[in-house]
Amino acid sequence: MSLMRIRKPKTRKGKQILLSREPQLIEPTRTMLFIDGRKCGGDIKSCMKDLQQLRKPLVKILNRKNDITPFDDPSSLEFLTMKNDCALFAFGSTSKKRPNNLILGRLFENEILDMIELGIKHYTSMSEFKTEKIGTNVKPCLIFNGPRWNQTEELRRLRNLLIDTFHKDKVDAIRLQGVEHVVSFTCTEDLTILMRSYKIMLKKSGQKTPRIELVEIGPSADFSIRRTKIASEDLYKQARKQPKQLQPKKKKNVTYDELGNTHGRVHLGKQNVTKIQTRRVKGLRKTPEEKRDSRQKKKELIKAAAKDLLKNAE
Amino acid sequence: MDIVKEVLEKQQRDLEKYKPITVDKHLEVRLDVGSLLCTDPNDLEDNQLKNNREQYLLDLTRDNTQLLINSVWELPTERIDECIVAKLPEPTTVLPRLRKVPGPKPLTKWEKFAKEKGIKKKKKDKKVYDTTLDKWVPTYGFKRADAEKEKEWVLEVPKNVDPNEDMFQKKIDLRNEKVAKNEIQRMKNIVRAKKVEVPRGGYFGPEVASSGQLLTAVTVAKSSTASVGKFQDKLPKEKQARGIGVKELIPGAKRKASHISAQPEKEVNLDLIKSVLNKKPKYDIEKAISIQKNEDKLQRETNPAEKGKKGKKGKGGKSGKGGKKPKGGRGQRAPGKKTAVGRKRR
Repeated sequence: MSLMRIRKPKTRKGKQILLSREPQLIEPTRTMLFIDGRKCGGDIKSCMKDLQQLRKPLVKILNRKNDITPFDDPSSLEFLTMKNDCALFAFGSTSKKRPNNLILGRLFENEILDMIELGIKHYTSMSEFKTEKIGTNVKPCLIFNGPRWNQTEELRRLRNLLIDTFHKDKVDAIRLQGVEHVVSFTCTEDLTILMRSYKIMLKKSGQKTPRIELVEIGPSADFSIRRTKIASEDLYKQARKQPKQLQPKKKKNVTYDELGNTHGRVHLGKQNVTKIQTRRVKGLRKTPEEKRDSRQKKKELIKAAAKDLLKNAE
Repeated sequence: MDIVKEVLEKQQRDLEKYKPITVDKHLEVRLDVGSLLCTDPNDLEDNQLKNNREQYLLDLTRDNTQLLINSVWELPTERIDECIVAKLPEPTTVLPRLRKVPGPKPLTKWEKFAKEKGIKKKKKDKKVYDTTLDKWVPTYGFKRADAEKEKEWVLEVPKNVDPNEDMFQKKIDLRNEKVAKNEIQRMKNIVRAKKVEVPRGGYFGPEVASSGQLLTAVTVAKSSTASVGKFQDKLPKEKQARGIGVKELIPGAKRKASHISAQPEKEVNLDLIKSVLNKKPKYDIEKAISIQKNEDKLQRETNPAEKGKKGKKGKGGKSGKGGKKPKGGRGQRAPGKKTAVGRKRR
């Protein structure tokens, strides 16, 4: 029957995997899938290797050649990212038409959200810089230079994608001595993106904050933007929607004044004045007449009802 | 004053030894300290970019990094395991999610129905007392089956049933059928939750369909006419699809109770309204009758004597209940009788 299409997990592990593919409130860290195209060698290969080095351990590397053209048919790419549980992908290929082609992209709901094709004009790999390297798993600072980054939607998306690619993980705290890597992206007038990566040297400045000196450690690349596929405004907005449960709750009835004092407002319900316990004064008691009257009234009511009933019964 | 000047000058000289940590920018850079991000909207110098590219990029990046580091160093710090850690604020740059924000869990068909009707789940006791076994028996789980076996060690064979039929096997079959039905309903709930459009038992193609499925498809197709297949021709020896969940697929096979009754609609509705509007208060008949009897008795007692009314002094007016106020031991004593004497002492 039609229900055969719903697969039921057979093992506990399989169930866990299927569960992990469902929407989650707090998503796990975003891993990046590295895929080679039909041909992938030279600059593009070393570029991919360096990117892997920078993103480790949040990477998943596929080494075989893949006959995929992401801009024509992204289905197999979507499948591979889904299977490997990755949110981002980097696809490297080289051809006569598009030499040294790097496609960076990300997914939303198992479909490609945006995807930008960068051509490598000039590349110097990390191994070519004979300098001291940074440690592993260092969160880099990201610098975006140039006024162009904010001018077009495409570049804004590219900037967001680059942040996604390089910033690795969201952290609440950082070791001050551990800030040792900076990646800068400069967008020139002719839309070339210059990527440079430096090691940060903290020097004495005579104050608490150190003076910064930079040493280039590579990789350094000049990218040109080729084809792009960016998500529609609607989809992008939907993808950026944050769960309400994670947003900080607004504190009600608490205000702060200029002196730093906290003012709280307390709401009490309406007081029941008739039930309130007061001093028992003789004058406020019911007189015997009042009591009798009320009792009499009650009795009369019951009597009338009883008579009515008896009449009905007869 | 000289000392102050001297100290200030010395500090100035100290500072001059080091390079500055301040950076001048035409437009202010935008910082997102939470994700260690800095965007510099200032114009690039084309001349420098052409002639002395690497050095220019290095200087530019250094300046911006310096600005970022300055703000990072201003953050509140903490000492954890011999190293100083700065607490980062929430990042302002929003990155897209991998999947949608999870919504509320979709209701199953039963849950939806129960919600509409206001049916609440009743909690079953873990154990109930069984009168035939004369002991407490688990309603579910561990040792429930044992208890049932113990209770139903013998089963009655009804008159209209073949005496050679195994009633125990029949019971097991019935249970298995229920389990299968429940499983199908569970699957259907999943389908409904995922909002997948699935055909209700149509033809699935030669590779997938089994003979049973094909038969179901034929039966469903035949009864899918305006007259629920009443006037369709039949082949000789044609079979009807049977099995669990098949009846639900065939239109018209499972009839619901009609809402149309013998009474005309208007009358039904009027009756309903009457029953709601003419609600009478509930009476406790026995109590009312006993009160009435008491009243009558009192009247009989008081009326023939016609002693006139008592003076209404103090806590008088107890004529309703009859009897006098206890005299607190001041009255006449009857030596033989044992009565409660005096007021109640506490």
